[in-house]
Amino acid sequence: MSFIVLEDVRRVFHQGRPDELTAVAGVSLSLAAGAVTVLRGPSGSGKTSLLALVGGMARPTSGRITLDGHELTSLPERFLTEVRRRTFGFVFQQFHLVRGLTVLENVMLPATPLGIPRAELARRAAAHLDRLGVGHRAGARVDWLSGGEAQRVAIARALVNNPRVVIADEPTAHLDSKLSLEFLEIVAGLKADGRTVLIASHDPLVFEAGLVDRTITFRDGRVEADTR
Amino acid sequence: MTARAWLERQRALLDFTLASLGRRPGKNLALLLVYALVVFALASTLLFTAALRREAALVLRGAPDVVVQRLVAGRHDPIPAAEVARLASIRGVSAATGRRWGYYFDRGSRANLTVQVPPAWWGGDGEVVVGEGVARARRAAPGEDFPMLAASGHFIHLRVREVIPADSALVSSDLVLLSDGDFQRLFGDDPARFTDVALTVPNAREVPMVAEKVVKLIPQARAITRAELQRTYESVFDRRSGLVVALLATAVLAFAVVAWDKAAGLSAEERREIGVLKALGWETSDVLLVKLQEGAVVSLLAFAAGVLAAYAHVFLGSAWLFAAALKGWSTLSPDYRLTPDVSPLELTTLFFLSVVPYTVATVVPAWRAATADPDEVMRS
Amino acid sequence: MIVNPAVIALVGGSAAGGALLLVAAAHGVAVLRGWDLGSGSQRQLELERRTYLVSTLLGFTLAFELLSLFLFVFTADALAPQFTGAMCAAGSLQASPYGYPVLLLKLLDAVLAGLWLILDHADKQGYDYPLIRVKYAALLLLAPPALVEAGLQAAYFAGLRPEVITSCCGSLFGEGGRGLGADLASLPPALAGGGLAAVLLLALGSALVFLRTGRGALATGLLSAAALPVALAAVVGVISPYVYELPTHHCPFCLLQREYHHLGYPLYAALLLGSVAGAGVALLAPFRATPSLAEAVPALQRRLARLALAGLGVFGALSAFVVLASGLRM
Repeated sequence: MSFIVLEDVRRVFHQGRPDELTAVAGVSLSLAAGAVTVLRGPSGSGKTSLLALVGGMARPTSGRITLDGHELTSLPERFLTEVRRRTFGFVFQQFHLVRGLTVLENVMLPATPLGIPRAELARRAAAHLDRLGVGHRAGARVDWLSGGEAQRVAIARALVNNPRVVIADEPTAHLDSKLSLEFLEIVAGLKADGRTVLIASHDPLVFEAGLVDRTITFRDGRVEADTR
Repeated sequence: MTARAWLERQRALLDFTLASLGRRPGKNLALLLVYALVVFALASTLLFTAALRREAALVLRGAPDVVVQRLVAGRHDPIPAAEVARLASIRGVSAATGRRWGYYFDRGSRANLTVQVPPAWWGGDGEVVVGEGVARARRAAPGEDFPMLAASGHFIHLRVREVIPADSALVSSDLVLLSDGDFQRLFGDDPARFTDVALTVPNAREVPMVAEKVVKLIPQARAITRAELQRTYESVFDRRSGLVVALLATAVLAFAVVAWDKAAGLSAEERREIGVLKALGWETSDVLLVKLQEGAVVSLLAFAAGVLAAYAHVFLGSAWLFAAALKGWSTLSPDYRLTPDVSPLELTTLFFLSVVPYTVATVVPAWRAATADPDEVMRS
Repeated sequence: MIVNPAVIALVGGSAAGGALLLVAAAHGVAVLRGWDLGSGSQRQLELERRTYLVSTLLGFTLAFELLSLFLFVFTADALAPQFTGAMCAAGSLQASPYGYPVLLLKLLDAVLAGLWLILDHADKQGYDYPLIRVKYAALLLLAPPALVEAGLQAAYFAGLRPEVITSCCGSLFGEGGRGLGADLASLPPALAGGGLAAVLLLALGSALVFLRTGRGALATGLLSAAALPVALAAVVGVISPYVYELPTHHCPFCLLQREYHHLGYPLYAALLLGSVAGAGVALLAPFRATPSLAEAVPALQRRLARLALAGLGVFGALSAFVVLASGLRM
């Protein structure tokens, strides 16, 4: 069952200028729903750019991307954002928590513009924090979190809009092995929920983990290997 | 989006906006201060001139309908007492009263006093009633001696009968009232001549016609109607406050440039934050709304603070900061209290002079900030 | 020439408003020329982002025009004592041939900006920017009246000559004395009142029919739009005298004063809201057939029709109340 389909997708930065850079050079892929897929490859291989394209953060320079049969490519930003925030949850490499806000406020952020009553949203956010074992930190400022806590908060934030797809960019880059294994346990939980998980990583701990259904290797913006 | 969801969205984003303003107090406080200062300066000017205008209107309400003066060689000259009866005979004039008044330069206090014989003098010869400002400058209390240098070169000694209280007394503050006889002794005035003549014209429609007849009757005379006086006051106040605002316009422009600069020069931290919000699924219009709310909150605070401070300055503090520049009445600045009043005209004018320039200056930078690429944070 | 703070604010505000519209129009031209929705190029993305700026600018233009409309009336009112025979704004506006045209142009600008924002709102509901060309072509029509208004307003204030005493000459009077400002167009009360009642009832009726059956969008729009001038004429002709309880006092501006409980604000706000929202129903009618707007436009039209119903209803009710509660019988 093809959930997300990419057809000859290219992403070129600074098109037509001397510093033109082709980050994604013609990728065709189809991703199944409910699977854990890892994109591996050295830095600069285009895997992060591909995550951005799949997640609707950027539009491809050429090619088509469809989600559940609906084309995303030509949607205006407004509607693309609408699709993105209801379908995808993002966990960034640097976590990117907003400093000065509390843990709970950070988790509520993706849903802030949606017009959900505040009490309901806070309840939902707190439930995600509890499930990830950081519920007791809800009122704390994110500035004082440990690395492991910060990541759990970032994951809770990615889940607050109940997305079908969770996208994580180098999630274990700032974690030691113990915390990395804990992260994989969380991913297993997401998979058990029936969510599709897409991870960009060059950490063997991640792409050799048993729960990974498929590993796609990138080099120079192209698919080099695809193992299931 | 339902109305309820729309409201929740505004509220949730406003919460975020307020928190975000609170997180960067330094940056916003400086801007707020400058903004409030600009509003304060403009509001003080507007409220002050509006108050002066009302005071003048109040004073004019008691002024005669028509004042007849005699001009000789273009100069104001006393009018012969015989003319009063002739003026009273003009159709439409119910009463004509000769008046005596003049100015007296008081060397001690270096102030110009207005000396007047009131229509019905309630004191006796040798007595004066003085305005509050005069009493203050000369430190004269009721019952005390009030010497004045007469035209003859000798001092005449008068006694203060009472002091006119300073409730709303821009004009009466420098006033000295005395008897007809004392006035003549003081200035060596000719008893057969009056300074001018006040006419009472009960029907306002007849005023222009009466004025025309006055000029026909006494060719050297000029007739000043109350309406003309009012227009003159209005126009003087208008021009003065317009001048001040025109001068302040440069300050407003400088402020707009500062506001633009502040809005355009986002810190790395703010830029990163907007990038994160976009990456998390905030739409351009969401970020734009936050930025505009930010501007609205800053404007509201600055506007309120500036107007309140100006209100206190003008109505409680008697506009001490620039009373001298705008009033230009007499060197003897009265210790008056203006009647507090704020009209929609002043508030709307103020809004156009402060909030509109701020908004125009910040809209494009706000939009630029809001259009950050959502995948920017992933690229870094 | 008259220079006072309010005049400076008005002239500066109109210049700023005109500048906003020019900036918006410049972006509009860029969008019209370079638009290619199928392209994923950086250029197209940038153009799409400019549409946010243009919408924001137009929102501000509307707000500024509405405020400036009121400020203009306040200012004219405050200037009245400087002109012989002028008792309030009505007289000051007549002191120059530009007075009333400026007022009407400001009203027109506000109405046009309101209609444009309705179009813009509808466009945002479609995933393929269905109205982008219509919208930006219409935007180009908005700038000229605003610029003409800014120019005429400057000419109005520059041309005003307050009649004041100068030190050199004696008695100085306005030539005609009083009565110059008093003769505003006054219609027979029965005609003005009857016309207003008829137009209002028809507009309200057709809005109701539209809400029930989805038909009569055009009629609703035209009648609501017609209600604006008819109602303004009726305010001058009938409603004002009843408020002031003086058969000869026809001024539409004194209604804003404290003495009359600021009745003018809700009255005019309701009228403007009702007329513009109602006109919006017809404005959107041609776009019901656009595939990407097939759901959004009818929903939006219904919301506008309800707003028109509310606005015109409140205006009608307030007017009726004023006439009935007045001590005046004509």
